[in-house]
Amino acid sequence: MTDTLVEKDMPVDHQVDKTMAVDREVDPAVEKIIGATDASHPSEGDVAIQNYTINFGPQHPAAHGVLRLVMELDGEIIERIDPHVGLLHRGTEKLIEYKTYAQAIPYFDRLDYCSPMCMEHTFVLAIEKLLDLEVPLRAQYLRVLFAELTRISNHMLNLGSHVMDVGAMTPNLWLFEIREDCYGFFERASGARMHHNYMRPGGVHQDVPLKLLTDIADWLDTRLPRLFEDAISLVADNRIFKQRNVDIGTVSRDDAIAWGFSGPMIRAAGIPWDLRKSQPYDVYDRMDFDVPVGTRGDCYDRFMVRVEEVRQSARIMRQCLNEMPEGPIASLDRKVVPPKRAEMKQSMEALIHHFKLYTEGYHVPAGEVYVATESPKGEFGVYLVSDGSNKPYRCKIRPTAFSHLQAMDFMSRGHMLADTTAILGAMDIVFGECDR
Amino acid sequence: MRAPAPAFAYSLNDETIAAAQAAIGGGLTHAFARAGEVQLHVTRDALIQALTALRDTPGLEYQQLMEIAGVDYPDRGVERFEVVYCLLSLTRNHRLHVHVRASEDTPVPSVTGLWPVAGWLEREVYDMYGVLFAGNQDLRRILTDYGFRGHPFRKDFPLSGFVEMRYSEEQKRVVYEPVKLAQDFRNFDFMSPWEGAEYVLPGDEKAKDAALPQAKGAQTPATATQVQNAGAAKTDAKAPAASSEPYAKTDAPSTAQTGAGKDDPDSKPKPADPDVVPGKGGQNQ
Repeated sequence: MTDTLVEKDMPVDHQVDKTMAVDREVDPAVEKIIGATDASHPSEGDVAIQNYTINFGPQHPAAHGVLRLVMELDGEIIERIDPHVGLLHRGTEKLIEYKTYAQAIPYFDRLDYCSPMCMEHTFVLAIEKLLDLEVPLRAQYLRVLFAELTRISNHMLNLGSHVMDVGAMTPNLWLFEIREDCYGFFERASGARMHHNYMRPGGVHQDVPLKLLTDIADWLDTRLPRLFEDAISLVADNRIFKQRNVDIGTVSRDDAIAWGFSGPMIRAAGIPWDLRKSQPYDVYDRMDFDVPVGTRGDCYDRFMVRVEEVRQSARIMRQCLNEMPEGPIASLDRKVVPPKRAEMKQSMEALIHHFKLYTEGYHVPAGEVYVATESPKGEFGVYLVSDGSNKPYRCKIRPTAFSHLQAMDFMSRGHMLADTTAILGAMDIVFGECDR
Repeated sequence: MRAPAPAFAYSLNDETIAAAQAAIGGGLTHAFARAGEVQLHVTRDALIQALTALRDTPGLEYQQLMEIAGVDYPDRGVERFEVVYCLLSLTRNHRLHVHVRASEDTPVPSVTGLWPVAGWLEREVYDMYGVLFAGNQDLRRILTDYGFRGHPFRKDFPLSGFVEMRYSEEQKRVVYEPVKLAQDFRNFDFMSPWEGAEYVLPGDEKAKDAALPQAKGAQTPATATQVQNAGAAKTDAKAPAASSEPYAKTDAPSTAQTGAGKDDPDSKPKPADPDVVPGKGGQNQ
C-alpha cells in the first residue's frame, strides 16, 4: 500500500503550523511526547495521494460469489468501478438448446441457486404460454406457495449477509435458522434441499403430503415470526446499521427506470411496481398482499423493503394454505404431462405416453415469448424461441443482476470504499444467475 | 389464453400495433401479435427512431428496456442474426419486443443513448454472437474468459467448444488444450418416424427395395459354402454406408482393426504424467 502513496513536496502553509506549535505554552513532558510523534512534524503525515486501482475479488467474502470489481480510488473515495462478471459463465443458454424442454428445467435451479423454485417457475410459465396449456388450480396454489417460501429463504440469505457485510454477526445466524427450515420443507416436497426440479409444465411434479402443509402453517405462525422479528429488531433501528446504510447508494426514480431496475431495487426507489400485482400469474390475482415501497432509494430502504416482503410472503402463504383446493396437481393433457406410475402398470396407452415423453419429449408450437416473473431479486425473464421441435431453439435468460450490477458504478461513485459492501449487499446478487 | 402466464394488458395489443405503425412509419416492416405478444420488426436504420418513438410517444410509453436478446438463424443467409429488444411500459402495463436483423459486419446502432442499461446487454450480444453495435463506447467481451476467441452462442459453434483448461503442475499455471472427450456428445434424434424423420430406421433397409415381387414361400436356406463366400466378400468390401445415421457411427472401424479388447503388442509402460500425482497406495487410496 505504501508504494502507491506518493509524497509530494511539503506545502508552504504547513510551515506555519510548525511555528504555531512552538509558540504555544506546553508542559515539557507533553513536549517530549510530541517530539516522539508526528505532531512535531505535522506535515509528515500529510501526503498527497494519486488515484490508484485495486481489485475487489474475485475471491472476497463480501463479493457474494465470484465478482471482480476493478476500482479506481482517490484515497478511500471511489472514483470509478468496473465490474468484471462472467467468472461463473457455464453457457446454460447454449446447453438448453441441446436438451428437451423437460431436461432444461434443472438448469434453472442452478441459475439463482438461492431461489431455485422461482427460476423454474418462470421457465414453466413460458413453456405453458407457448403450449397454451391449462394448469389445475391446486398446482397453481402449490407453485405460489413454494415460490413464496423461496422468496423467504432467499431474503433470509440476503438480509443476513447484508447485515454481516456491514459488521453484525448474530442476525445472520438466526436468519439462517429460518433458511434451514425452508430447506427442510423443500426437501419434503421435492426430495432435494437445493435443486428441486419441482415445477413442470402443466403443474408440479408431485403432490405434497397434508402433514407438510400443516407443518408449514405451524411454522408460519410460530417459528418464522419469532426468529425473524428477533433478528430484525437487532438491526432495523440499530444506530451503526443505519449509519452504514442510510443515504448510501441512493437511486432516483428516473435512474431506476432508465437502468432497468426491478424488484426490491425499483420499489425502494419509490415506484410501486410488483409483477405479482400488476401482471399476476398463477393465482397471485387471488392473493391479498401489500407492496412495500421505499422513500429515499438508499440501501436501508432496500433492506427494509425486503424485510416487509418477508412478512407479505408469509401472508400469501397463509392464504394459499387456507384456500388450496383438492384436485390434480398437473394437467391431464397426456401429450405434455406423463401419467402416474401406477397407471402405467395397467394401461398400454399410459406406458406409451410415458415412453414418448421421456425420450422424445413434447413438441412446442413455434413462437417467441418473453415471460417475466417477480423473482425475489427482481424481474427474472425468459425469452423463449421455439421452432416447433422438442428442444428450445433459443432460451435467453434475463438475469436480474445484470442491470443492477451495471448500475454499481454510478451508485458507488463518491462513496467510501467500505460502502461498496453495503451497496453490493443491498443489491442481492447471485452469480449463478448473473453469469448463467 | 388458458395458460397462467403473467397477465399484462393483452387487450392493448391491437391498439399498440396501430399506434406503433403511426409513430414509427416506414421503418416498421412487420407488426403482429403472436402467442399474445406484440412483435415489431424494424429496419436497422430506423431502430433508434423507432425505439425513441416507443419510449417517448404518449400512448406508447415504453419506459424500460428489460432485455436485449440475440438469436442466430443460420438459414437466413447473410443477415443471420436477430437482435430482440424487450420493452416494458410501467404506466400502460404492457410489453412488446422489437426485432432487428443484422449480419456479422453490419453494425446495429447502439441504444445506450436511450437507456444506459443497454451497455452491458449489447456487450453480451456482441460477446455471444459477434453482432457489432455502433456507438457503444465500451464494447468489450463480458461473459467469456479473458482472451476468448469466437462467439459461442452461434449455432455453428460446437457445444463442447474448442479448448479446455486445467492447472498444469509442471508449468505452475492454468494451461489451455484442445478439447478431448472420452465420449462424443450424443445428440439423439427422437423425432417420431411418422412425423417427417428423414432417415431409415434399422431393420427397414429393405423396405425401399420391396418393389420387386419376392418368390412365394420361404426362402431356400443358403448352403454352408455360400455363407462362407458371402462372409469373405463382405469383409473385403467396405461396409455399406450406415443406414441408421443417428444411431450408428459412420466410419467406425471394426474391432479387428482397432484391436479393442486385446493387449497392444508393442505396449510399453505408460510414461509418468508429470501432472498426475501418484497415490501412496494402500486400500484407502
